[in-house]
Order: sequence, then C-alpha cells, then structure tokens
Amino acid sequence: MFETGLWRFRGFADPYRDVRRLRQEMDRIFSDFSQPVSREFPAVNAWIGEAEAVVTAELPGIDPSAVEVSVIGDTLTISGSREAAPLKEGENYQRQERGCGGFSRSLQLPFHVDADKVEAKYEKGIIGITLPRSEAERPRKISVKNQ
Amino acid sequence: MENIVEYEKKPVQETAVVERTKNRRVYVPKVDIIDTKDSVILYADMPGVDEGSVDVTIDKNVLNISGVVKHPEFKGMSIAYAEYDTGDYDRSFTISDDIDREKVEALVKNGVLKLILHKEPEAAVRKITVRTE
Repeated sequence: MFETGLWRFRGFADPYRDVRRLRQEMDRIFSDFSQPVSREFPAVNAWIGEAEAVVTAELPGIDPSAVEVSVIGDTLTISGSREAAPLKEGENYQRQERGCGGFSRSLQLPFHVDADKVEAKYEKGIIGITLPRSEAERPRKISVKNQ
Repeated sequence: MENIVEYEKKPVQETAVVERTKNRRVYVPKVDIIDTKDSVILYADMPGVDEGSVDVTIDKNVLNISGVVKHPEFKGMSIAYAEYDTGDYDRSFTISDDIDREKVEALVKNGVLKLILHKEPEAAVRKITVRTE
C-alpha cells in the first residue's frame, strides 16, 4: 500500500512526461509536413499520362540554350546554370536573393522514354519537358478470341 | 554564410488587416536590387507571369509588384509528383523620395521582372558635406 503510494508520489513529479513526449513527437511529425519535399534545385513537378509524361521546373531568367536536357532509359536529367548580372563600376547589390550558379537534377520516370521524341519548351521562365513513353513499353490491348 | 540560398518558394505572411479575395496561394518573389549611380534596378523571379499578368504600382512611397499565374493543366494527365506549387506573386517595397515616380520602366523576360527606377537628378546631387568645426 505504502509502496504504491510512493510510486505514485514519484510519478507525480512529472505527471505530464508522457503527454509532453507525445506532443514533441506530434510536433516533429507535423513540422516535417511543412518542410519542402526537396531542397534540390530546381524543384520539379511531374504529370504522368498513359502515353507520355510532362516534367516542369521553374527556371526563371535562364538562357534556354544553356539548359541541357538529356534522357537515358527512364532517367531525365536537367542541367544548366544561371549567371548573376555582372556589376558595372559604381554599382552594388542592395539585396541579392536570387540564386545563381550551376544546377543538375535527375528524375526517374516510371517508364522508359523514347529519347528521340522528347520535347522541351521554355516559356515564361518555366521549362516543360514532354517525354513520350517508348513504343515497346506502351500498354497493349489484347483481343480475346473466341475458340 | 550569407551565400546560403533558399530554393523553395516562400509563402506570403498574411497580415490581419489586408485579406485577399482570391483563395489562392501567394508567394514572395525573390529579388535582386542593384543600386547604380542614377537608378535602382530590381530583378524579381516570377516564373509563370508575362507582360499581361504582372502589375507594378507605386502608391506614395510603396512600390508593389504582383503577378497572376495560371495553373498548368495537361490533358489526360494527372500530377504524380510535386515539389513546388503554383501561385500568384506579391511583394511590396518602400522606396525613397529620390525615385522619379513618372519614369519607372518595367520589363518581363523569361519569368523575370526587371524594374528600372530612375533617380531624380536634383536629388542625386543633393549631398551635404560635413565639415569639422
């Protein structure tokens, strides 16, 4: 009886320990949600259709000829670089938030791509790459014959 | 170091006073501001805007840049993987009195807005020399 009481007393020192731990755990889980999926540059979005996929990335202010898009099998690689505007004599940055430098990003697609038919379009600072699924991998319709 | 660049888009911190009518995500465009002898040049990364969908206003000493971006849609396709979201842009700056309000140039190219804010010549030369007593 006494022991139970002592145990209770000891427990009383920090009655919310478990609650607090649970809350920390919850905070950790939910703060992870607000974290971006990737810190790599550029961030990409991928749309998948039956016959093709479209991958988009925001690359504002880039010379389209300096962007390299390559496809090997089912892996797409976007690489390039953005140069900072060169400063003339007597000019200085008051703010410099826009990133510059080289980047490279690879993405694996759920199917093999017909590399010859890949199209990349750069418009309003967004690159859109259309990746058709290779002919050999397209889903085939099998007709059921009556014997 | 100060060279650390945050890649992901930053959502606007909504203040309680001003609310938006449109229920859309709004992002703060990243900017470079370059001070030159006779002008201030501002570059803002606003991917997805063009000359028809970007607005630049100056009200007293507040310069506001905003842009509307159309959500991309691809027929017969569904989004399978997403790292960024599409939304509008909005950002305000206070500008000093020596900026000529009438002579602001705004250009959009490849999703980058370039603003040239010319300084007024008389203000540019208004310099007070400090002497010792």
